[in-house]
Amino acid sequence: MVTPETGLTAERVLDELKKCGVTHLVFLTDTKARFICEAMMKQEEIALVPFCREGEGVAIAAGLVIGGKKPVVLYQNTGLYEAGDSIRTVALELRLPLLMIISYLGWRRDAPMTDSAGIFLEPTLKAWGIKYYLVQSDQDVAKISAADKQARETNRPVAILIATEY
Amino acid sequence: MMESLEAVKVISQHRGDALIVATMTPGTELPVVSTKPELDLSWHWAAMGKASSAALGIALARPDRKVFVLDSDGALLMNLGSLVTIANMAPPNFTHFLFDNRVYRCTGGQPLPRAGKLSFAALAREAGYPNVHEFSDKETLENNVDSVINQLGPTFVCLKVSPALEKPSFPYVPARDVIGRFRAALKRS
Repeated sequence: MVTPETGLTAERVLDELKKCGVTHLVFLTDTKARFICEAMMKQEEIALVPFCREGEGVAIAAGLVIGGKKPVVLYQNTGLYEAGDSIRTVALELRLPLLMIISYLGWRRDAPMTDSAGIFLEPTLKAWGIKYYLVQSDQDVAKISAADKQARETNRPVAILIATEY
Repeated sequence: MMESLEAVKVISQHRGDALIVATMTPGTELPVVSTKPELDLSWHWAAMGKASSAALGIALARPDRKVFVLDSDGALLMNLGSLVTIANMAPPNFTHFLFDNRVYRCTGGQPLPRAGKLSFAALAREAGYPNVHEFSDKETLENNVDSVINQLGPTFVCLKVSPALEKPSFPYVPARDVIGRFRAALKRS
């Protein structure tokens, strides 16, 4: 499945995650990243852990890391704001290498953003010292492996921002 | 009605090699009675309400190990959706002990919303936990705990405990020290 404007292909994202050795996708689907979630549901190599609220998802992913697995947690940027305490205390203070895929609601390619969900995202990540990479098309999917490497080398959460318009 | 510490003692005595994630009041009491501190993950320092979620992750990562979470009612109210998530994932090695004291003990004993009128056992049952138990005295807990923790989970155990009002102390232990010890023990076993 391809997002119409950018050509970001769920299968390419999935392949890159498999290349990284991801064992679990801990996720809450949303309007912008649902194409990734739907592709994930059609495969069995990566185990799926759906959750109800984003702070919960970060803690589940942390538990998986503590237990020796390699999860990626996927949610919308609106959920990042809800998950703040989990990110602060679990991912950051414990120095866990946690890859987060965050869909970038409000992102605009050629115009100023007007939605505060988008406007606040990058400043929030910068304030927390969380590195991030924008993934807009298939040409960017290698950034997922780069982010994963950075998370492992720094023992910190690193974010992949799915920046597509719809 | 039993004291929280009595219930923690019973669980600790019957745990075998179970991993325990503990938060809030039972989290302050487990270090006092535990004989396997390397298998205990204190959750005082981390996001309130998320101990059960972290325990779920550990249970999924290590299906070969029993995982207990010692949760509090105030904490669970902050993460009620976790009951549904846990029931949906249905880890057979997961036991969720809920310490129901009906107050926010750590902040001085203020009552929870709908204190005493809410059935956490009913919530867990409706969320989809296949095994749900409720105990309000130490003897009954002691007589049943072995069969409860040997059920195929997820299992939910509501423990009606006294709303002792003295504020528990939270000994400061650097989170990284706790997690380092716990992860090292997990790697060894």
